Amino acid sequence: MKIAHHIDDATLMSYVAGSLPEALSAVVVTHLAVCGECRSKVHEMDLIGAALLSNLQPSALGSDMPRTPRRDPLPRVDEGDEILAAVERSGDVPGPLSRLVGSDLSSVRWKRLGLGVWHLPIQLSGSSHGDLRLLKIAPGQVMPEHGHGGTELTMVLAGSYSDEIGTYHPGDVADLDDEVEHSPVADRKLGCICLIASEEKARFKGPFARFVQPLTGM
Amino acid sequence: MPDLLQQVAQDRDVDAFRQLYQSYAPRVKSYMMRQGADANTAEELAQETLLTVWRKASLYSGEKGSATTWIFTIARNLRIDRLRREVPWQELPEGHAETASSDILPDEAVSEVERRERVQRAMSGLPEDQLEVVNLSYIDGLSHSEIADKLELPLGTVKSRMRLAYQKIREAVEDLR
Repeated sequence: MKIAHHIDDATLMSYVAGSLPEALSAVVVTHLAVCGECRSKVHEMDLIGAALLSNLQPSALGSDMPRTPRRDPLPRVDEGDEILAAVERSGDVPGPLSRLVGSDLSSVRWKRLGLGVWHLPIQLSGSSHGDLRLLKIAPGQVMPEHGHGGTELTMVLAGSYSDEIGTYHPGDVADLDDEVEHSPVADRKLGCICLIASEEKARFKGPFARFVQPLTGM
Repeated sequence: MPDLLQQVAQDRDVDAFRQLYQSYAPRVKSYMMRQGADANTAEELAQETLLTVWRKASLYSGEKGSATTWIFTIARNLRIDRLRREVPWQELPEGHAETASSDILPDEAVSEVERRERVQRAMSGLPEDQLEVVNLSYIDGLSHSEIADKLELPLGTVKSRMRLAYQKIREAVEDLR
């Protein structure tokens, strides 16, 4: 998109300073989404903020440094969404798949399956018995399993997940049959977006409790 | 400072984090107080800002040289969230999607440090009237209209001083882009 008219520098600075009234900010945000030139100015304007912050007279602290959490806590739910959005933007949809789901993970119309889990079933031809879908799992959430019969293939598109076997990053494929019991968990920081396929129709059409049943052994 | 951030990101090094904390938390506290927080709230927000650095450092591990910039963006977003007066919000990125770790080439990482130093120098060379409006905008959190009221200036004058200040900063770092 070739843009001929940009946000005024003064307005952009006020936005970066965090001082621009909301209605104006909404327009700035929308413009920034399509304008690389203004985004690069935002970076320079952040540097101004950093310089001003460094120049402030320090205030004495009244208390000690808080303890650093030993283990990173799971992001709050709202942060999880923000992180997943970033992960979506970071992920590439490989060419062939993009014909089915579009080229941009952040524009996928996810359906919510349960807490921290979304999916997008992908239509297969009428004669297929299999099941193909995208799954998006919030940071630290247990990945649902199809549970089912036959081989299951999982390819990570963005973020990662880990199980007893190892950690799977974008491009990695887990090729498992139903003999293997494992408990995959989405990356504690980034969550995971993957493409998951099974030979047989997936069983999890009902409530989420049934969905995770193979994992919890309930 | 960038090295400290790396140590925090990669090694979860508490001593490195302590140095970052001691260097930045007192300034973030000042920032929050300027934005209208009382001392206790300002300190809590400063702690929260730095703990965010601790928690999210790994997401920024490759982004050298921008600890201060990153901390500024976190502090700004936190104060918008907690100290809002007019609900002036829409998402602002913390850190920079445009220069995300994977996009930064090694020599760009060096120039990031250089860029920061040049901005610092250019800021100290700004005329007093320009520095004043920039400070009121960034540090005191005033909108252009509020600055105009406070200084009894036409709105256009406030904006043109902001623009002039930015142009000087931009000239100082232009060749590094």
